[in-house]
Amino acid sequence: MRREPPQTLGDYAPLLFPAAMLTIFFVVPFGTMIAVSFFQRQQGGFYTPAFVFDNYARFLSAFFGGVLGFSLMLAIIVAICCVVLALPFTYMLTRMARKVQVVWLVALLSILSLSEVIIGFAWSTLFSRTAGITNILVALGIMAEAKALTPSFGAVLTGMVYQAFPYTVLVLFPALVRLDPTLTEAARTLGASPLKAFFTVVVPALRNTITATLIMVFIFALGSYLLPQLLGRPQHWTLSVLITDQAIYQSNMPFAAAMAVFLVLVTLGLVALTVIAGRKGEAA
Amino acid sequence: MSGLALQNVVKEFGAFRAVNNVDLTVPHGTFVCMLGPSGCGKTTLLRMIAGLDLPTGGAIRLDGEDITRVPTHKRNLGMVFQSLALFPHLTVGENIAYPLRIRGAAKEDQKKRVDELLSMIHLSGYADRPVAKLSGGQRQRVAIARALSISPKLFLLDEPLSALDAKLREAMQVELRQLQQKLGITTIVVTHDQREAMTMADTVVVMSGGEIRQAASPIEIYRRPADSFVADFIGQTNLLDVQADSAGRAEVLGYVVPGLALPAGSNKGTLSVRPEDVHLTAPGAGALTGKVTFVRDLGGTIETFVDIAGRQIVAVSTPRARPDVSVGQEVGIALTPDVCVVLKK
Repeated sequence: MRREPPQTLGDYAPLLFPAAMLTIFFVVPFGTMIAVSFFQRQQGGFYTPAFVFDNYARFLSAFFGGVLGFSLMLAIIVAICCVVLALPFTYMLTRMARKVQVVWLVALLSILSLSEVIIGFAWSTLFSRTAGITNILVALGIMAEAKALTPSFGAVLTGMVYQAFPYTVLVLFPALVRLDPTLTEAARTLGASPLKAFFTVVVPALRNTITATLIMVFIFALGSYLLPQLLGRPQHWTLSVLITDQAIYQSNMPFAAAMAVFLVLVTLGLVALTVIAGRKGEAA
Repeated sequence: MSGLALQNVVKEFGAFRAVNNVDLTVPHGTFVCMLGPSGCGKTTLLRMIAGLDLPTGGAIRLDGEDITRVPTHKRNLGMVFQSLALFPHLTVGENIAYPLRIRGAAKEDQKKRVDELLSMIHLSGYADRPVAKLSGGQRQRVAIARALSISPKLFLLDEPLSALDAKLREAMQVELRQLQQKLGITTIVVTHDQREAMTMADTVVVMSGGEIRQAASPIEIYRRPADSFVADFIGQTNLLDVQADSAGRAEVLGYVVPGLALPAGSNKGTLSVRPEDVHLTAPGAGALTGKVTFVRDLGGTIETFVDIAGRQIVAVSTPRARPDVSVGQEVGIALTPDVCVVLKK
């Protein structure tokens, strides 16, 4: 169906509601945060309006730089793990009978209904020495004695991948369902084994979807602040943890705001880079 | 034996038998068209030859070797799909080179072969175009070139021309047949278009209900159909009941056709007579008599609909031999044994 472009001001009316919502609940709070990030902190008190760069200057230290680097690295690893696991899984899921698909999708959706706190505590139990999965390995004779797997980087990673996996599948699912199944069949008749067909046809044909999914999971993982605390050591804490710490426990709103703004800028920069790289790859 | 052989091939989907005990021998270099209405099992049969579906029973042999359980990618085939299935992320040249790349051919050899194939399909210089920028007929050619790039043992096509418009389809039929004759490659095409089958095939295999009804040369199928289904499916025909009269002579609608023999051991059958073999005469003795109900003048041919005792018979003639008839007129139809085919009931 072809539509006329909007002519009068009245034609834009349907846009007013979402625009207002976006302004009230996104633009205003975000603007406030940017403003606060330039405010002067009052020792032992709150803050006073000002325009100083102290908060940003304090951020540019090895310690905070390290935490920022770790947060980005963790989010990137989570995104890669999720896509690497979810792509073959979703591909096989789309080739299954409708009934099987429904069961799997319902199971994945039920993981989404779990709160981060429950996921965190469930995994910390599973990784514990007294009640964890190592006890099963001991019972099977694979391990000599039960040991605690948490706190550790692996535990943080597992918890976050577990949490982001259902999102990844749900984002990939529509694109994989739409993928013409005769493409893989054609590849097989032309001499590609099923595995080769997957890597030479399915993955490249879905390159844009995969990039978009990586970005989505990356941003999702960047905001995580509960799981690193529940399953990791202090060196595994993300920038989000430090922001919470500054804002709530140290009452340093301006510094917390500055860190948040910085995180948003770095994230946007990385996303832009990915998109540009994707465009370049397409043009080549 | 060189060529393809299907032996008692059966395919069941649950309780449904899609292909039922199919036996077929395709000598090397033959062009075979599998023809039938939708759901007759022709595509399933092709997919089993390709290895995309596994037969429930029976064996498939290629050049004497049993390939029933050989995975698709080890069969060295070329296949063109109904959807063409060109890879959207690759250019024309990369699509055609795909089978070579998968087999690890050297870059220069790939390029040489791609150029060779592109000139064969009259698309030289298109190697770097994205496939999305091609017209329907060009995509068709690229799909064919891709399937032929390794010089496969078997060339399989599933309704390859159904997406093209009528004119282009006719041209591609001729082109495909000429290409196959030049390369001498064993080719199997699945189609529901009998014109396509008549144009291209050495052997037409008519299927229905998962079984082969007849496998023979196009002209044989047209002139000597095995049963009334084949007669009706290939071209237009008039089917009439025929039975023996008291003296054992063949009688059609109360009229005795002199010299026509009934099937051995039976006293009734079905008579098939092609519209172009129905000659209209003046009504009288020695002919069936009926009334003209409609005349369809198509310019190139004229179809006359004649009603004889409630049965409609169609006669086709050229403008030169135009019968001088009009609607409502009484006409006679002479049947001679040489134009009639009697089929088992």
